[in-house]
Amino acid sequence: MRMDEAELHDGLFELSGEEGRKKQVRASVPTTSYWKDSWGRLRKNKGAFAGLIMIGLILFLAVAGPYMNSHGFDDQNLEHANLPPKVPGLEKISWLGMSGADIRGVDQYEAKGVEGYYWFGTDSLGRDIWTRIWEGTRISLYIAFLAAALDLVIGVAYGSISAYYGGRVDNVMQRIIEVLIGIPSLIIVILLILVLQPGIVSITLAMVITGWVNMARIVRGQVLKLKNQEFVLASRTLGAGDGRLMGGHLIPNTLGPIIITTMFTIPSAIFTEAFLSFIGLGLQPPIASLGTLVNDGFKMMKIYPHLLMFSSIIISLIMVSFNLLGDGLRDSLDPKMRK
Amino acid sequence: MKKYIFSRFGYMLFTFLLIATFTFFLMHTLPGSPFNDERLSAAQKAMMAKRYGLDEPLAVQYFKYLGNLLAGDLGVSFQFDGRSVTSIIGERIGVSAVLGAQSLIAGTVLGLLLGIVAALKHNTFLDYGSMIIAVLGLSIPNFVFAGLLQYWVGVRLQWLPVAFWEGFEYSILPTIALAAFVVATIARFMRNEMLDVLGHDYIVTARAKGIRESLLIIRHALRNAMIPIVTILGPLAVSLMTGTLVVEQIFSIPGLGEQFVKSILTNDYPVIMGVTLFYSFFFILIVFVVDILYVLIDPRIRLTGGGSRANG
Repeated sequence: MRMDEAELHDGLFELSGEEGRKKQVRASVPTTSYWKDSWGRLRKNKGAFAGLIMIGLILFLAVAGPYMNSHGFDDQNLEHANLPPKVPGLEKISWLGMSGADIRGVDQYEAKGVEGYYWFGTDSLGRDIWTRIWEGTRISLYIAFLAAALDLVIGVAYGSISAYYGGRVDNVMQRIIEVLIGIPSLIIVILLILVLQPGIVSITLAMVITGWVNMARIVRGQVLKLKNQEFVLASRTLGAGDGRLMGGHLIPNTLGPIIITTMFTIPSAIFTEAFLSFIGLGLQPPIASLGTLVNDGFKMMKIYPHLLMFSSIIISLIMVSFNLLGDGLRDSLDPKMRK
Repeated sequence: MKKYIFSRFGYMLFTFLLIATFTFFLMHTLPGSPFNDERLSAAQKAMMAKRYGLDEPLAVQYFKYLGNLLAGDLGVSFQFDGRSVTSIIGERIGVSAVLGAQSLIAGTVLGLLLGIVAALKHNTFLDYGSMIIAVLGLSIPNFVFAGLLQYWVGVRLQWLPVAFWEGFEYSILPTIALAAFVVATIARFMRNEMLDVLGHDYIVTARAKGIRESLLIIRHALRNAMIPIVTILGPLAVSLMTGTLVVEQIFSIPGLGEQFVKSILTNDYPVIMGVTLFYSFFFILIVFVVDILYVLIDPRIRLTGGGSRANG
């Protein structure tokens, strides 16, 4: 390691004797917990923090968005079909594409005599895109969170049991994992959906069947590292049973990696769900997810680009936000990165 | 070493058998049937079933299927009368392979460049710029990116063809759409590896010996940083595979991915099964090669007994 002059600061040295002990006491800072420490680091990471805020905003809109105007997500009005977006206030700014004019520059609201506003426009059945997008976001997030939660439960249980008991148990459980990890998961998901028929539950389950393996491997690795440490031995000496050791000591100490893994499961589940919609295995109408909305948008891309634009932007924003937050959490929670 | 390769090979075969079995039984529990045509009488349906061997007991069908598989026979398509699945795959794979290879090469070159620049200019504008590109490439779903490219470059600007496969310029947009993930993955990976390698003592030693900076980067840093890249070949292969499914559909490219999606929509089981097995085989082979390569390239990896996965 090369060290500059500046790096050899006084803080690296300690005074010896009585003098030093006094100084040390003065210099000590209040101890912070692991979580407080991590939160501090996370807040300093601009990308991760922006991701966190964006996720908060999207979650809020996914819950409240559909109620922000009077259109229901399934209200059809054929006279209002294929309207471009129009937003009060923003309609004055011509280049923004929120003025109610279509790609040829004709104000469709005037042409069709439509009163009121559709913020993101309408689709071919006259349904309000704003409402549908946030309903779709809600469904997509619901599937993603459910899949991530199931992955977490199965993965943590499998991984910790495999590592904790070790020996033959571990050997058998690892052989199973090694086979599963070699299977291209998306292919299995596609096949399962073909059999189970697309629906919220079947899509979630199909993703979980192969999805938990990653979590199990990470938890196993962590528990293997931890289980021979002194605090575990101490607890065992005091009479703690297997369940208490695992639930009370080993798993809480692997929470960091567990959270990080979950953070990356969520965007990949959103992607998988959208991907399935795209190849014709998505949710069936009238339910919409972000994936089905993007897919619908493609069909009319040339004439009504707004159908594709908004759903694409929202799904991309969600993916970027979760990935940024996941990266930030990895940097802030991973003990190896602690300075 | 021999033992390790042998055990990996065993895993490979077993995994493949598992997938073949899984695919077979799943396909036989499918609700739809290609003969669900009201104009067909029961006798006609029975004849059709007999012709495709669907009237035999499941176990017989299964072992026949495995036997045929060994001979490279994936059955006959329901949709295209009398055409073998193998010939359909053979006809379609060329286009997908060209598209995949083009994306992999273009993406790797660009990704390496971005990653190396980001590491050498650590914590500068160039570093941040590269990493923003990487996060976007990893996050934006490939079908969304493909759609946006098609709309802006193809429809609005009309710089490049919007669809079909009739020459090199037709392949540019799909290649970009597929390569985005490759660029992002490799750039991030390369940056981290380079930063790691540059902090090692042997770099300091080399520098102290007065070696030219360019030579130091190429001969000492780059070589070592590139070793672990083989480990991300697996995820890259998967992303290209799934990517071709959607990208080929979006750009109406007559590749294997487009055929697969079409077969799903028409319940053409033999083609779905065949293509699934083909993709799985491809993937499993890559996992196997990566496992072996990694041990061969990097002598620091210790092999533990019983063929358990090496850890670096």
